[in-house]
Amino acid sequence: MITEVPVALQFKDVAFAYPSLQILEDVTFHFHQGEFIALVGPNGSGKTTLLKLILGLEEAQEGTIELMGGSVKAMRPTIGYVPQHATYDPSFPISVIEVVMMGLVDSKSRLKKQELRAKAIEALKQVELEELVDRPYSQLSGGQRRRVLVARALVSNPKMLILDEPTANMDKESEGRLYSTLARLKGETTILIVTHDRLFVSDLTDRVFCIDVTAEGRKGRTVVQHALETIEGDSQKRVRHDVEISADFCAYPREMTV
Amino acid sequence: MNGFFEILFSPDVPFIRNALFAGVLSSILFGILGSVVTVKRIAGLAGAISHAVLGGIGLALYLSATKIVPNLSPMVGAIVFALLSALLIGAVSLKSKQREDTVIQAIWAIGMSIGVLFMAKTPGYTDPSSYLFGNILLISSRDLVLLAILDVIVLFLAWRFYPQIEATSFDEEFAAVRGIPTQTVFLIILSVTAVAVVLLQTFVGIVMVIAMLTLPAGTAGYKARNLAAMMVFSTLYSLLFSAGGLVVGWALDLPVGAVVVVLAGLVFLSFATAALIKKKRSSRAPS
Repeated sequence: MITEVPVALQFKDVAFAYPSLQILEDVTFHFHQGEFIALVGPNGSGKTTLLKLILGLEEAQEGTIELMGGSVKAMRPTIGYVPQHATYDPSFPISVIEVVMMGLVDSKSRLKKQELRAKAIEALKQVELEELVDRPYSQLSGGQRRRVLVARALVSNPKMLILDEPTANMDKESEGRLYSTLARLKGETTILIVTHDRLFVSDLTDRVFCIDVTAEGRKGRTVVQHALETIEGDSQKRVRHDVEISADFCAYPREMTV
Repeated sequence: MNGFFEILFSPDVPFIRNALFAGVLSSILFGILGSVVTVKRIAGLAGAISHAVLGGIGLALYLSATKIVPNLSPMVGAIVFALLSALLIGAVSLKSKQREDTVIQAIWAIGMSIGVLFMAKTPGYTDPSSYLFGNILLISSRDLVLLAILDVIVLFLAWRFYPQIEATSFDEEFAAVRGIPTQTVFLIILSVTAVAVVLLQTFVGIVMVIAMLTLPAGTAGYKARNLAAMMVFSTLYSLLFSAGGLVVGWALDLPVGAVVVVLAGLVFLSFATAALIKKKRSSRAPS
């Protein structure tokens, strides 16, 4: 039973505001270790803020966030994070394996290069890019670069993998290979995908959370869970809106809702 | 050329030797800090700091000449202004990104203006051009010792914290998630660069320091496969430009700082042009 599995991430009554703007309010949700979660919300809905709270880059003004049963700061090393990385500088001189080895760096480490290299090659095998080990990172396609970043996140054997907009600007081949990597990890590693793509629900997804709801009398947005169902003869899962939530929340196209 | 080497080893003319030593010691700072400044894309910040330094120099000259603070070295004023502007720029860059550009320009201009104003009111003749464009005659043994100390510090920091510097330069957000104090690293890099700018300006001058912090590193970036190689190549290029600038400057009776920067600029432009041609050719080649 899924409820007996330890909780991976838990938000309780979390609120966050910038000085002149309430972003999140009454955010309460949780999911369990080993689950494959999609967190969906349009641009500007507070998705990035929520991600920063999970990663410990911002602190909630109200409420509590627990990661793997502990505080975010303490348990952050158990996360493997794959950023969208839109700000990548192509003139930065670095090879593929050096990018992956970065996944083992912490505030003080000066780890042995041979050890790092062996682990990094293992991680590159997981994303099927081991043949590109010493290639300059700038020579890769956008999709390959994203998979290298997945390897960088996997090199530390994380308990939870967080991917920000993983398929944005990705070619079909890389997308397919990324999904096969995620499929292999599913069950062992908790996977959280954060995306604005409201159609993004693969057959791997266990649960979908939506961040586009403002409760009555509130300014900040909150997070709600949506049910999923598989339509017969179709590998894709469909999001089914909870009955008590009106259909325009999460802004799914009509044909996607039941 | 023979004349240059005679002068170089002549016990009566120490300044050429000092300038060469300064060039060698400066190259390490240009190479390592220049690479970090380039990959972190903070050349604009370093430029503002280097120009603000003139305010500290002017103030120190004024306080010393008017006997308010007798014998105050211009370098002390320069270091105080450099660190203050580095911390101010650092704080604005971290906390108020949208105002960063305005604040950088303001510090750049106000710092220089303060320097010019104090120099104008300093009794006796003060020539700002030696500070702006460098003057190898001004390089003292104390400058060389200070440069050597900073070289050791920078080499140690670059060796000890290379993975952290590389990670914060490549992807600051990811580095923060890995628990690296990215803001502290940023402020330390800015502060060390600020102090380096003060020591380096005796060699190439305030106006041209920033050129030497970006051009050799930029040139190295065309061939280097990683940040460490960029640092090494950049140091070697700086060494070449410094020594070359000194020889050419001496032979043609030209200001050494300006010759060094022109050499660095020409080599960078050649590399950039070659890279552009190569790129065009490969895009035209049939696949």
